[in-house]
Amino acid sequence: MKLPPYATTGQRIWHYSYKVICGLIFFFLIAPIVVIIPLSFNAENFFTFTPGMIALEADAYSLKHYKDFFTNPDWQQAMRNSIRIAPVATLISVTLGTLAAVGLSQDHVPFRRLIMAILISPMIVPLIISAAGMYFFYSRIGLQGTYFGVVLAHAALGIPFVIITVTATLVGFDKSLTRAAANMGADPVHTFFKVQMPLILPGVISGGLFAFITSFDEVVVVLFVGSAGQKTLPWQMFTGLREQISPTILAVATILVVISIALLTTVEILRRRSERLRGLSPG
Amino acid sequence: MTSASESGFVVFDRVQKSYDGETLVVKDLNLSIGKGEFLTMLGPSGSGKTTCLMMLAGFETATHGDILLDGKPINNIPPHKRGIGMVFQNYALFPHMTVAENLAFPLEVRKMGKDEREAKVKRALDMVQMGDFGGRRPAQLSGGQQQRIALARALVFEPELVLMDEPLGALDKQLREHMQFEITKLAHDLGITTVYVTHDQTEALTMSDRVAVFDDGRIQQLAPPDELYEAPKNSFVAQFIGENNTLEGVVESINNGRALVRLDGGEVIDATPVNVSKAGERTKVSIRPERVEYNKERLHADAHTLKAEVLEFVYMGDIFRTRLRVAGNEDFVIKTRNAPDQRRLKPGEQIEIGWLPDDCRALDA
Repeated sequence: MKLPPYATTGQRIWHYSYKVICGLIFFFLIAPIVVIIPLSFNAENFFTFTPGMIALEADAYSLKHYKDFFTNPDWQQAMRNSIRIAPVATLISVTLGTLAAVGLSQDHVPFRRLIMAILISPMIVPLIISAAGMYFFYSRIGLQGTYFGVVLAHAALGIPFVIITVTATLVGFDKSLTRAAANMGADPVHTFFKVQMPLILPGVISGGLFAFITSFDEVVVVLFVGSAGQKTLPWQMFTGLREQISPTILAVATILVVISIALLTTVEILRRRSERLRGLSPG
Repeated sequence: MTSASESGFVVFDRVQKSYDGETLVVKDLNLSIGKGEFLTMLGPSGSGKTTCLMMLAGFETATHGDILLDGKPINNIPPHKRGIGMVFQNYALFPHMTVAENLAFPLEVRKMGKDEREAKVKRALDMVQMGDFGGRRPAQLSGGQQQRIALARALVFEPELVLMDEPLGALDKQLREHMQFEITKLAHDLGITTVYVTHDQTEALTMSDRVAVFDDGRIQQLAPPDELYEAPKNSFVAQFIGENNTLEGVVESINNGRALVRLDGGEVIDATPVNVSKAGERTKVSIRPERVEYNKERLHADAHTLKAEVLEFVYMGDIFRTRLRVAGNEDFVIKTRNAPDQRRLKPGEQIEIGWLPDDCRALDA
């Protein structure tokens, strides 16, 4: 954004203060995340910068917290649990969420707004309330403390993200395309997989990504619904923070940040590539 | 109507359609379309023409009545089992597929083998002179090219009936005229039955075997283009098709197929009674601008003439368009050919105009 030559003094002042405000907001958002990264290489068992770290002395840094993460059986078990739970929960969220979004985008469905509101309520209702509700409900039907219970609970939390992103892509979806497909003899199922799905795929993928990250860093619901056998990474971090105050948490957090950035980047690259291939955006 | 209904390839039999259960968008539609015929549904927006097309394609269901295709009722057949080709207003090409994949889509659905499929796709692309574009994506094509692909895709699976929903609406004038010609030629060469929807009367007149003029959910007139233009059955059709001059008055008498009409200004003119039946009825008299004559020698000796004042003269190249004040109507337009002996009228000039009684039709008021 460049200032036009005719800008008044007031506009110039505002232009620069606007940039400063934006910078401050970014700092506020990112600083807490960035600061843990150097801290995770701390050679001491502290959560603060040691004088040695500030002086950039090589022996003030170490990988010992990372080593602890990769060797400690508690952390390893938590990691395995997270990896077993998140992808399955994501798969369920994506399937059900996409179907719901497609269904709710049809004009003839009655009570669409109401159904939509109910389906995205897990995102709006305070998590602790959902968690408590799930705890009592799952206890009754024998799902409390089971792997499947945690997967289902996380799927329910992920569905709203998928519905919202897929609905957003469906808004721009040209209905005459499905009509054209029907006209050429394709039944609704064929039409969905060959015509609709490829076009709403970007929405499905980003919804899936949100669902995955929700499951991967969710701690409240898993505390209620899960048992020791389903201890996920965030849960382990939470107990670690309370009981041991070990900087291993910082190492884990750094790893999670890197994984998140890698996932987002990959998906964005894939999405752009597929859009370019489909000629939806200029190459 | 019944006998025609039984013989038609596409038949609408007393079809009604209502979206809200109260107002009828289509009111008692009876229409029989012959095999190989190019029929155009023409009408202003909201006249029910698109609804009729959508009912035929199966995207809307008729509230009452039957739609028959080749003698069989199709009300309960879903769109994907009707085997009707369709060209959509916005082309509806699949953006994620290449042109060739778009064309192969209906063939794949029909489980056609790869070789046969490729041969048919190639033939269809050649047919619309787009043979080299198979590998492109729709977004890389111009509007006219997309239009051709949409046409090829509607024809590639060799349907007997093709529907077109204002397919040329988004093209510029020159391309539109060119495509009108190409579509008509293709339809006739392939012998397919075509139902074409448009609100552009020129398109309807130049392309069709017959035109159904829709208004208010009913067919106002169903006739070949020349009949529609020269012998409109009511004042809506006269106004809607082509340029038209209207004079209002009361029928004085009807004798031997001639009506004497006293215009509201007091002048009396001859007219052909069309849908007026008795003296005393109010009528709108319709005269085409090119059938009005102001050169006295060319008028009948006993023709009724009217005094007119020239208000505006527009030189349009091949024709002159002159606006007159006639019997209080200031929008009375006449068109004359730019011939060497044609006199150019000047604004302010007082002239006398007349016409053959056959060209002057007394219609409903």
